[in-house]
Amino acid sequence: MLRFTLVALVLAVALATVVSPFASPSPDGLERVAADSAFLDRGRAHPIQEDAPVPDYAVPGVTDARVATGLAGLAGTVAVFAAGLAVAAVVRRRT
Amino acid sequence: MHIPDGFLTPEVAAACAVPAVAAVAYGLHRAGTDLDERRVPLLGVTAAFVFAAQMLNFPVAGGTSGHFLGAALAAALLGPWLACLVIAVVLGVQAFMFADGGITALGANVLNMGVLGGLLAGGLIAAARALAGRNPRVLLGAAAAGAWLAVMAGAAATSLELALAGTVPLATVLPAMLAVHAAIGIGEAVITVSAVAAVLAARPDLLGLPARTFDPVPA
Repeated sequence: MLRFTLVALVLAVALATVVSPFASPSPDGLERVAADSAFLDRGRAHPIQEDAPVPDYAVPGVTDARVATGLAGLAGTVAVFAAGLAVAAVVRRRT
Repeated sequence: MHIPDGFLTPEVAAACAVPAVAAVAYGLHRAGTDLDERRVPLLGVTAAFVFAAQMLNFPVAGGTSGHFLGAALAAALLGPWLACLVIAVVLGVQAFMFADGGITALGANVLNMGVLGGLLAGGLIAAARALAGRNPRVLLGAAAAGAWLAVMAGAAATSLELALAGTVPLATVLPAMLAVHAAIGIGEAVITVSAVAAVLAARPDLLGLPARTFDPVPA
């Protein structure tokens, strides 16, 4: 299981870090419909999101947009992996 | 398909959060009882892969993109209830770390992108297994259909919530959302089937199929 986990994790990190900077920048389906139906501007950040560490998938302070996105992908993939393991470990210990 | 804050009224957001919290709570309970040692890393790596793949927006018609949701893939690998949990972890990190998707809308997003798809695809895969046994082709077919239906169900639910909130008339938003997500759902099905096929090739035992009796490439 260790080998499977490592291979899958490396693949996820590679996709998020190396491929994501080249993803389509176009609005997604909901954003497109919201723009066409003129309710996109109703969306706003929650006050606690003003302090989000990596707003809009770009690491702050990195001038190259693709590098900023790739680093955001790397950080997010590691954070999600850790969060998933932590949740699973906590509920397993409790039961 | 992440709803930001401001699209929904507090009442609609709260009404969506109730089934989302219930499903995730049951997912946590099932994680406590069902997760054996080897599925703990599988849960983490499934969540990581779903997050990574969600970043890869692919173009669909007319200056619009779509992205992977992942509920069907998570359901194929971990079952419907753990899929709800996996998608909630992904959406939670996205909302708090990346300001993607609202905070008050988090329940609606978990419902639309996680719970509905996880239960639909997971149910379809379970039904296919019950009818056709452990046939890999049937599993892949059910994963493909479940993936497409998960995206369409999420798009329909999102439309309904926006209409209930008075943000946009249902007659406007529903056809538009279903039309664009019919195309995005094909991408979802392709990614889901590719990932499930890769797991089938590498570790069929994780999908409840017999492990290979010999390994042509020694580990």
